[in-house]
Amino acid sequence: MTLDVDISAARGAFQIRAAFEAVPGQTVALLGPNGSGKSTLVATIAGLLPPVRGTIELGGMMLDDAEGGSHMPPERRPIGVMFQDLLLFPHLSAIDNVAFPIRARGGARSDARERAADLLGRLGVGARAEARPRDLSGGEAQRVALARALIAEPALLLLDEPLSALDVGARVRIRELVRGELARFPGVRIIVTHDPVEASTLCDRLVLVEEGRVTQIGSPEEIRTAPRSRYAADMVGLNSFRGRLEPLEDGAGLLVTDEGSVVAAWPEGSDGGEAMGLLRPADVTLSLQSPAGSARNVFRGQVTSIAVEGDRARVRLATAPPLVAEVTLSSVQRLGLRDGVIVWASFKAVEVQVLPL
Amino acid sequence: MATDSRSSPSTASSPHRRGRIPAGFVVLAALGVALVALPLLGLVLRTPWSRIVEILTSETALTALRLSLVVATTAAAISFVLGFSLAWVLVRSTFPGKTLVRAVVVLPLVMPPVVAGVGLLAAFGRRNGILGSWLYEWFGIQLTFTTGAAVLAATFVSFPLAVLALEAGLRGLDERLEDAATTLGASRWYVLRWVTLPLMAPQIAAALVLSWARALGEFGATITFAGNLQGRTQTLPLAVFEQLQSDTDAAFAVSMLLILLAFAVILSLRGRFLR
Repeated sequence: MTLDVDISAARGAFQIRAAFEAVPGQTVALLGPNGSGKSTLVATIAGLLPPVRGTIELGGMMLDDAEGGSHMPPERRPIGVMFQDLLLFPHLSAIDNVAFPIRARGGARSDARERAADLLGRLGVGARAEARPRDLSGGEAQRVALARALIAEPALLLLDEPLSALDVGARVRIRELVRGELARFPGVRIIVTHDPVEASTLCDRLVLVEEGRVTQIGSPEEIRTAPRSRYAADMVGLNSFRGRLEPLEDGAGLLVTDEGSVVAAWPEGSDGGEAMGLLRPADVTLSLQSPAGSARNVFRGQVTSIAVEGDRARVRLATAPPLVAEVTLSSVQRLGLRDGVIVWASFKAVEVQVLPL
Repeated sequence: MATDSRSSPSTASSPHRRGRIPAGFVVLAALGVALVALPLLGLVLRTPWSRIVEILTSETALTALRLSLVVATTAAAISFVLGFSLAWVLVRSTFPGKTLVRAVVVLPLVMPPVVAGVGLLAAFGRRNGILGSWLYEWFGIQLTFTTGAAVLAATFVSFPLAVLALEAGLRGLDERLEDAATTLGASRWYVLRWVTLPLMAPQIAAALVLSWARALGEFGATITFAGNLQGRTQTLPLAVFEQLQSDTDAAFAVSMLLILLAFAVILSLRGRFLR
């Protein structure tokens, strides 16, 4: 029951070209910034938007074949979609929303409602079965929508931004719930998200989508080790510098980017050219005075944001190139860091990992 | 009613705004209300309340009432079915001349009903109607002076109201809900029956009630095109018109019945659909 997508689709002036595979038992994330074309891709796989070119195959069944002129209408596809805005039917109670896919396929009302009640119970909203969608909390509505996508036992589960509408507290609970449901779902699982944390905590395989193109496919670990774009690197939390690598007199290299240059150790066997430099945020040292050490990369700039994660803080700097530094909370206090403070950031050339492109 | 009770706290909380209303407006506003209220008051006072049951249960009144209900209900049903399809086409497709189509369809709203009747004669008249003469020659069907003609006249004037209400309903519908339904396995018919129509329930009710009320009150087009034949085309308004010349008490009684029906329509709209 492998899903095999290789299509071009167009909605208005927007075009997306994507090819990827998803196998049962694995959760695949379609990860990309807003406006990258993910929802167009969702509409195409769901059958709402026939592709302009290419094919979509699910377990040997041809869902779309643009060249061959075949298009299976959405109502016949074995796909359960949970939409970003949920799209629960406002005129139906929670239980009738969940029973809808069974009723629509000709199932008996009592049987449909019974199965819907069971599933709502499993997802922890059994008590809200008779409530209308407008009376449900965000988390409850999310559970009802998930139940509606699952109930007809589709071969492919497609969750579009399953957590984005939730507040932080509900998000943690629903993420655990979604993770559990994904684990017991036997078919192909796809999650569409713009949130790297969501992607890396729920998914085994990432398909990065940027500006209507798939830019990289791999496990979170593979992408962390060798990100191929700024977005990929940012997504896994590394500083990345993409530019031309030029030799310096002392044998080191200078990575020249559009936003500034970074000194890096010359990669063995490289002869320069297009390259990506990666730097762990924890390797960036911050100070209030010009640093006295041996670091060859020294930049001065303003703090633009500080995000606290546990006992560490990620500090964004408006340097050239822009940097993210990861420091301890005690450093934040000692240096008096807050938005707008001007600091020096430094790191050693050997800490920049250079990947030829 | 609902609107009044909701607006009273806000006027109470801003008394200065109430105090600023110019005296001239108050006088003119009162004149406007009087313009509508005085004829109503006149009707109430002139209605022969002691004879009203006798009049309304008379053969003439009952026949007219029965015919009015049949004509108005049929016209509302036809307006709904045709209006829903037209609203669908207007909202969900683009074609050249769409603006013109909409303009033509709503024209009966502002057209003098007697002109509508003349137009209907020109289309369906037995001798000169562009379709009517053909119908008569080939099938022997004569539409004029039949109940069918009364229905056609009533439909002509009530159709635009149905189209406008249904168009607004369809336009306000979140189409993504219909898309979601198809991904959940629903066929087009299932989506229409269980998603589209229920979501449009308020506008469907408004379309039915408004077009029914308009059809019930139809006079000019009916008398021109269908004539005033008791039992066949004499609906309540036509009965009022005829009784005005013979039995004014009966005219007032039947008028009061029509007023009460209209009032019921307004109440149902304000309470549920117009909010």
